Amino acid sequence: MDISEYKGVLVFAERRAGTIQKIAYELLGIGRTIADALGQPLAALVVGSGIKDAEAADLIASGADEVVVADAPELAAYVTEPYAKVLTQAIRERKPGVVFVGATTIGRDLAPRVSARVHTGLTADCTGLAVEDATNNLLMTRPAFGGNIMATIVCPEHRPQMSTVRPGVMRRLDKDPSRKGEVSRLDVKIEKADLNVEILEAVVEKAARKNIEEASVLVSGGRGLGSPENYAKLSPLAEELGGLVSASRAVVDAGWAAPDRQVGQTGKTVRPDLYLALGISGMIQHIAGMEDSDYIVAVNKNPDAPIFEFADVGIVTDANKLVPALVEELRTAKLER
Amino acid sequence: MNIVVCMKQVPDTTEVKIDPATGTLIREGIPSIINPDDKSGLEAALALKDSAGARVTVLSMGPPQADVALREALAMGADEAILLSDRAFGGADTWATSSTIAAALRKLPFDLVICGRQAIDGDTAQVGPQIAEHLGLPQVSYVSELSLEAGQKSVVVKRVFEDGYQRIRVKLPCLLTALRDMNSPRYMSVSGAFEAYGKQIKVWGLADLGLDPQSIGLKGSPTRVKQSFTKGAKSAGKVYELDAKEGAKLIVDRLKEKFII
Repeated sequence: MDISEYKGVLVFAERRAGTIQKIAYELLGIGRTIADALGQPLAALVVGSGIKDAEAADLIASGADEVVVADAPELAAYVTEPYAKVLTQAIRERKPGVVFVGATTIGRDLAPRVSARVHTGLTADCTGLAVEDATNNLLMTRPAFGGNIMATIVCPEHRPQMSTVRPGVMRRLDKDPSRKGEVSRLDVKIEKADLNVEILEAVVEKAARKNIEEASVLVSGGRGLGSPENYAKLSPLAEELGGLVSASRAVVDAGWAAPDRQVGQTGKTVRPDLYLALGISGMIQHIAGMEDSDYIVAVNKNPDAPIFEFADVGIVTDANKLVPALVEELRTAKLER
Repeated sequence: MNIVVCMKQVPDTTEVKIDPATGTLIREGIPSIINPDDKSGLEAALALKDSAGARVTVLSMGPPQADVALREALAMGADEAILLSDRAFGGADTWATSSTIAAALRKLPFDLVICGRQAIDGDTAQVGPQIAEHLGLPQVSYVSELSLEAGQKSVVVKRVFEDGYQRIRVKLPCLLTALRDMNSPRYMSVSGAFEAYGKQIKVWGLADLGLDPQSIGLKGSPTRVKQSFTKGAKSAGKVYELDAKEGAKLIVDRLKEKFII
């Protein structure tokens, strides 16, 4: 393999049900940084059916120098083999030095299949990506052992250097509609043999029914909120943060929340990117269920609440007043973006 | 029907502790277990054996002491166990691991291969799909339910996504990766445990698989670990006495800094 032939960064712009996913913009954010460090272009591959010009324009405004569109009726929904075929074709034709795929339930199905097909290395679930000065190799940093150990991985002799990237970690760029970029089409042929599985039923579930262990953001309420009505007000906040509502044992025992929302003790152990503890004092059993969260914010009236010892940032104030203020601030922050 | 379940022996990470002085992982005295997703995959295979009749083979790659995990699988009801063990396999990344396991599968009859979705020590979720690619098999990952269709020519599975699920029909032979919440694995039975210790675990090395030594182990691995480190113990953050509006502003600023929003 002549690795000098491989240039540029290619990101897989994941699209579901006609919508480009948030992870695609995050990949463009880190992809831009890596492409600039290498002095090479950044391309986004978008795969689907009926892809609109506006979607490609949006990817360019978010950092791509080129958008490669693979559009076919058979690509409307994610199926491993057709998508693997398309990504493989893009890699073989374009020879990118670096490929980023989101570490989602789609990306983690697709990327290993493709990396095996093109015979290159793949580093899973990266949380840090950088270019090594001396070699221009990609430094891919990832957690292992449940986040207790971090490892930096390189792929020195194979190309492309492939990573799946953990959602919610990389920063997307501010959109710049004046950015210029090209749109090209990948000529794909999906054959009957590629459709080797049959989707009988596809169901989209509301976040409220989802498992709190899978959530990247948890908005968790405790008895300090004072009433079930106040607890119910956490839902709009969770929605604003793209997360789920969870609860302390006291809240579940009081019947304000269902048992499957309980963190700690007989409940669940969670490890989200953000754990927002509102009116939770921080009994040891609760702490044991959430202390491995990446970032913990605690809000409580009582300055001596034990939860503050485990929080990255603590605010001593009435959580019931803070919740609507926070929803307001988040909406403002979103508009500014 | 022949089912092969791929398993990994892993340290029980709920027991893993960090040495506060050196910041490294304390491995001594940590019990080894069958990786939880793999164990649910095994249970799914055994359930098919119970309901439809199947021969279940468990396959693992690891050091000689990984035979403990295979014995447990035999005691749960697996019919045959194979351990891929050779110094030459050491230091393998997921590409080299999947190539090695695929080579073993080529020597075995199978209609269905079940892997766990991911191992709790590495968390990569890559080996299953990579085996499927090496063997040219259709794959479905993140499987939480499995049923065999009449005629035993296809299976219907529930495939989980972040925002929902699909029901998928896939023809045999194929490869599935199982989620641990698929089922509750059975315990070893007394008679099963007794029988298991009488059974032979086959050990296959490099010579048995006929692989090019350049394509396996550390030599055959496209990726290298350049450096590993611990995140370091977390210290308590700052606590501020603020009114609700100021508090909300501060939280939003921090979430921006941390790229959470």
